[in-house]
Amino acid sequence: MRVALEARHLVKHYPGVVAVNDVSFAVEEGTCFGLLGPNGAGKTTTVEIIEGVTPATSGEVLYFGEPAGRRFREEAGIQFQNTALQDFLTVGETLEMFQKLYDRRADLDAIIEECSLGDLLDRDNRKLSGGQRQRLFLAVALVNRPRLVFLDEPTTGLDPQARRNFWELVQKIQGHGTTIVLTTHYMDEAHVLCNEIAIMDEGRIMTQGAPDALLKQRYAGMIIELPVADVTGDLDGIDHRVIENLGVVEIVSDDVARSISALSPEVTDLNHIKIRQPNLEDLFLDLTGHSLRA
Amino acid sequence: MLGRIYAIFAARNREFMRDRGTLSWNIVLPVALMFGLSFVFSGEGRDQYTVGVLQETETLDTSAHPFLETRFIEFVVLTDEDKAFEKVERHQLDLLVSFGEEGGRYWINPDSPKGYFAERILKQADTEAGGLIEQAEITGDAIRYVDWVLPGILGMNMMFSCLFGVGYVVVRYRKNGFLKRLRATPLRPIEFIAAQIGSRMTLIMAISIFVYTGTHLILDTRMEGSYLTLLVIAAVGAVSLISMGLVVAARVTSEELAGGLLNMINWPMMLLSGVWFSLEGAGPLAQSAAKIFPLTHILDAARAVMLDGATFVDVMPSLLTLAGMSAVFLFLGARFFRWHPE
Repeated sequence: MRVALEARHLVKHYPGVVAVNDVSFAVEEGTCFGLLGPNGAGKTTTVEIIEGVTPATSGEVLYFGEPAGRRFREEAGIQFQNTALQDFLTVGETLEMFQKLYDRRADLDAIIEECSLGDLLDRDNRKLSGGQRQRLFLAVALVNRPRLVFLDEPTTGLDPQARRNFWELVQKIQGHGTTIVLTTHYMDEAHVLCNEIAIMDEGRIMTQGAPDALLKQRYAGMIIELPVADVTGDLDGIDHRVIENLGVVEIVSDDVARSISALSPEVTDLNHIKIRQPNLEDLFLDLTGHSLRA
Repeated sequence: MLGRIYAIFAARNREFMRDRGTLSWNIVLPVALMFGLSFVFSGEGRDQYTVGVLQETETLDTSAHPFLETRFIEFVVLTDEDKAFEKVERHQLDLLVSFGEEGGRYWINPDSPKGYFAERILKQADTEAGGLIEQAEITGDAIRYVDWVLPGILGMNMMFSCLFGVGYVVVRYRKNGFLKRLRATPLRPIEFIAAQIGSRMTLIMAISIFVYTGTHLILDTRMEGSYLTLLVIAAVGAVSLISMGLVVAARVTSEELAGGLLNMINWPMMLLSGVWFSLEGAGPLAQSAAKIFPLTHILDAARAVMLDGATFVDVMPSLLTLAGMSAVFLFLGARFFRWHPE
């Protein structure tokens, strides 16, 4: 599989802040690559450097092996995290306007159908709900039949149903062979959509790989979770961690029955214990020492 | 490339046409000003008159007549009789006087409200001096104030529309992230700028033609020259004003700052470019300063065509100056243009 996109040693300095600190990764064609991290981790800056809208302090971006330039702009579709559209235009007019900016054009009717915008074509851009607006932003990112699509926190602010609908849409796009670069601070979203992820914090990539492989590599078992308030005894003999802001204690165990037996003398109520699969949020917590949900 | 320019051009036109408040403001303001000034001219403005003194020497001899010692009147010495008459006709002077050993004469534009009051002051002073002065006939057509002020009002409307309609809007686009969104497309800065200029020019030309035609039909305003020449002046002038707006908009990210900067340009330009009154009585510094503004050259050329029948060749220096200004502004605007704030 060919490498569609490669970021090499990207660095971005702002006065007093290193927003991106030597970030490198490669994205294979047709895959979904997720850049994960909490707000302020440097995801958006990294992606905007790659998109060419923010200049890097140093480093380079290659698109199919060549420095990203005119061809990249023609073939990339971008959905920004924060953006605006021209006032007083309808959804249909907005799509037409953006489509005319490209030599490479998609079938607009197909995009409208795929993004479920058919009933909204005559509606003023400013009168769309959050979910409708995100679908329009995605449609705008698709008007040039892109080979590579950037989705920057596309589901932030959406309700759970709208988020799941959006995921389905992204999966459909990926199904056409389009390469996707997704930034998100929702670990579940990344797990569902991404073939490969990179977790960022404080401008650096902490780890990178396929989500399941990273979890298997890190965790040999299940996670037992119990409220801190229920712990009355001493857990020194058990490998555990306390997540202060959530008020829980977590124990990674490859033998759940044995671990619960060991725990039972130390807690007041075993009924409050939860047993679950480790997820990317656990991985993030282990890597950075702080929770995404903080 | 043309397709991309057209896409932005058409979208901007739609945005403008559907923003009814702005559209109405662009049409109602100049019309209201025009008719207000035509029918209810109040004489409000400067509390000072400009009176030309026709004499052979360059230095004003205030002892020639008590009128020349009147306060709050700017006396301008003129040695060329033909030019002096022309200035009276074109409302550049409220009154023209000449004093000699045998008495004195004065010339007035009968359509000049300020001339009327200046005449009253002159007669009062003359009565006290023993009745030395008499009115003389002015040759040629006297020009009504409405004829003189029409180019000023159209130019002022063009100035506000071009500077705010481009400068302010581009800053808003930058602030709300729309420019950043466009940056992510193959659109080049020069294409974006060309589309903005094209859109605003089309709109302002259409509005100016509409307002001019209506005013001309109703008030029978004077037009001595070619409509085509006037159209060229308006088009070249609009480009220079839009380009000026683009310089302000090149990097600014705050609408408030953009508004302040644009006002800082608008108001001196409006006051010094001769929109409402001639700068004949102003000092040489103010008259020189006025030359840095595109509006001064637009109005000079437009008045020359409308009032004096100047030809395309006659107004060529003004057109070249405007073209030169446009080139400089466009270079600066494109050179410093930034799609989005760092």
